[in-house]
Amino acid sequence: MSEFEAHAPVEAPPSEDTAPIGPPAFAPWNDPDQKPLIQFRNVTKRFGDFTAIDKLTIDIYAKEFFALLGPSGCGKTTLMRMLAGFETPTEGDILLDGKNIVPVPPNKRPVNMMFQSYALFPHLTVAQNIAFGLERSNMPKDKVAARVDEMLKLVQLQKFGGRKPHQISGGQRQRVALARSLAKAPKLLLLDEPLGALDKKLRGETQFELMEIQEKTGTTFVIVTHDQEEAMTVASRIAVMDHGRMVQVDTPDRIYELPNSVYVADFIGDVNLIEGNAASHHKDGKVEIHWAEGAPPIVGTPMVPVANGTRCTFGIRPEKVHITKKLPEGKANIVRGKIVDIAYLGNISTYHVALPTGEIIKAQASNNRRIERRRFTWDDEVWLWWSETAGVVLTG
Amino acid sequence: MRAGKSFLILVPYLWLLALFLVPFGIVFKISLSDTALAIPPYMPTLDLSAGWAGVREFLSELDFENYVFLTEDDLYFKAYMSSLGIAIVSTLLTLMVGYPIAYGMANASERFRPMLMMLVILPFWTSFLIRVYAWMGILSNEGFLNQFLLWTGIISDPLVIMNTNTAVYIGIVYTYLPFMVLPIYATLEKLDGSLLEAAEDLGCGRIEAFWRVTVPLSRPGALAGSFLVFIPALGEFVIPSLLGGSSTLMIGKVLWEEFFSNRDWPVASAVAVVLLMILIVPIILFQRNQQAAQEADK
Repeated sequence: MSEFEAHAPVEAPPSEDTAPIGPPAFAPWNDPDQKPLIQFRNVTKRFGDFTAIDKLTIDIYAKEFFALLGPSGCGKTTLMRMLAGFETPTEGDILLDGKNIVPVPPNKRPVNMMFQSYALFPHLTVAQNIAFGLERSNMPKDKVAARVDEMLKLVQLQKFGGRKPHQISGGQRQRVALARSLAKAPKLLLLDEPLGALDKKLRGETQFELMEIQEKTGTTFVIVTHDQEEAMTVASRIAVMDHGRMVQVDTPDRIYELPNSVYVADFIGDVNLIEGNAASHHKDGKVEIHWAEGAPPIVGTPMVPVANGTRCTFGIRPEKVHITKKLPEGKANIVRGKIVDIAYLGNISTYHVALPTGEIIKAQASNNRRIERRRFTWDDEVWLWWSETAGVVLTG
Repeated sequence: MRAGKSFLILVPYLWLLALFLVPFGIVFKISLSDTALAIPPYMPTLDLSAGWAGVREFLSELDFENYVFLTEDDLYFKAYMSSLGIAIVSTLLTLMVGYPIAYGMANASERFRPMLMMLVILPFWTSFLIRVYAWMGILSNEGFLNQFLLWTGIISDPLVIMNTNTAVYIGIVYTYLPFMVLPIYATLEKLDGSLLEAAEDLGCGRIEAFWRVTVPLSRPGALAGSFLVFIPALGEFVIPSLLGGSSTLMIGKVLWEEFFSNRDWPVASAVAVVLLMILIVPIILFQRNQQAAQEADK
């Protein structure tokens, strides 16, 4: 649940909020003078009848931590394997530093990959594993040894150089795999579900280690993950993928706060989605949405201009829905309902509130009191409200 | 619980005792005896009716003179050496033929693997003896191979393969190929494909990745296969006597002749005991290899 803590609610309208939140302002994608490190140009990959990647165009910049996020089968792994050279695009070009790398075999690319299974060579020691790539590159022996020591130090495994992979723990194996893939100082490091095999607690710690190492080495990282929390934590930009397309490419906070489609809103985090018809527009660009017979319209902020009468979806995050016992005074969007379910998560609780129209709206409140003093319980009649800028109006 | 466990362990030990140690004890005893024109054709025999004195009498007549005899006639030494040579060469040949077959099987698509496995095992459905006889029909001077080669015009005179060591090698490689292919296939099939991708990713070409990753990781299988071929090939009797010539000297053949032609059971037994002693070394090595492979799997 780290995204709820890491990203404070943004109540400002999106027109005034285009820069990513908080320092440092690392945003080469907004700088037209920056040359991208990797360029996908109209890349399509088909396996027989199945289109894994569909006319995809994207630029990735040097020193980025770029996350490919999506459900299994969305094409994220295929995209990564094309960068590594294990798959060839059916159509289109992939450029690295301006040069087309499509015809270059994997062993000749300045790209290394950390495999999901780690793919450590079981017959070699930790140090030999790390040295494997260096020895293939005509590096003198003493330099190889020095580089191996340096990498062992980077991942804090100095004492484990002589062990075989089956003699160390899963977390250590993960670090060996990382050290091995970084040893040749690649221009681009690909990480395929790098933390997938670790337990939750270790994963959290390792995420920060990964970010530190990325900063220290200045390598461009492209990470494939299906864990949205992981992507939110580590990435400078996230590409949410679906059916071989990138639905939205943006910074984690913008992906979360300003999704461009119902798919992205629904895929990242928890969201309440209410369908309705756009009606009258306010002067400041806000729009009223009629969503149920007899219920007052919801006022929300559209991402793109919405014509009157368009079918659209209003999306709001549960933590932006306030829950009170008394009728809130002077608030914009107020609905009444009954608590049907409570998900107690320790730091927060999610209340599932059934409206008389049948919709269920989720509202979150932090548990800053002990459980016995909890304000709401099952079957309580409560009021829900949210500000006019808290939610987004989506048409896609 | 404990009693049940020790019983479980007891079963294989009883098996070993009844089917290996007791027969070996009998053979060893015969190897210490003297030849006799009697039934059985050796003496002394244990006469328990004479009591303790009978046992002492019996033990006093046992000696190692048959083993001494083995060192006096260099036929035996030559036969052991020649058997070792033939077993080593044919094991290497089987490895060279078997590895590519196993590699091909492991890389075939999943659909074909059961069928390929079937084809490797299929020869076992026919009697071993018949299969070796079939090779006589193929390799002899008027055999299918020579007829085919003469017909194509590659050769003008028939090749002499039958009754030479070449025919013995062909026979051994053919017969023991499945024992080589199956263990190698088992290790190659388990091989994680991402290891080869990782090797390529780190700068290896395809061929270098094969030598640096596939070969070392399939070594336990190749070793197991080699032992499974080497151990029976060393004492092989049927193949050299059917396909080999008079110059093919193998200890299995010598053993057979001592036993059935000379009816010298004690010398034949001594030959067998020495053969077993020679075999113990590779068997222990084989066991070690299996254990190491099992530990690596954990």
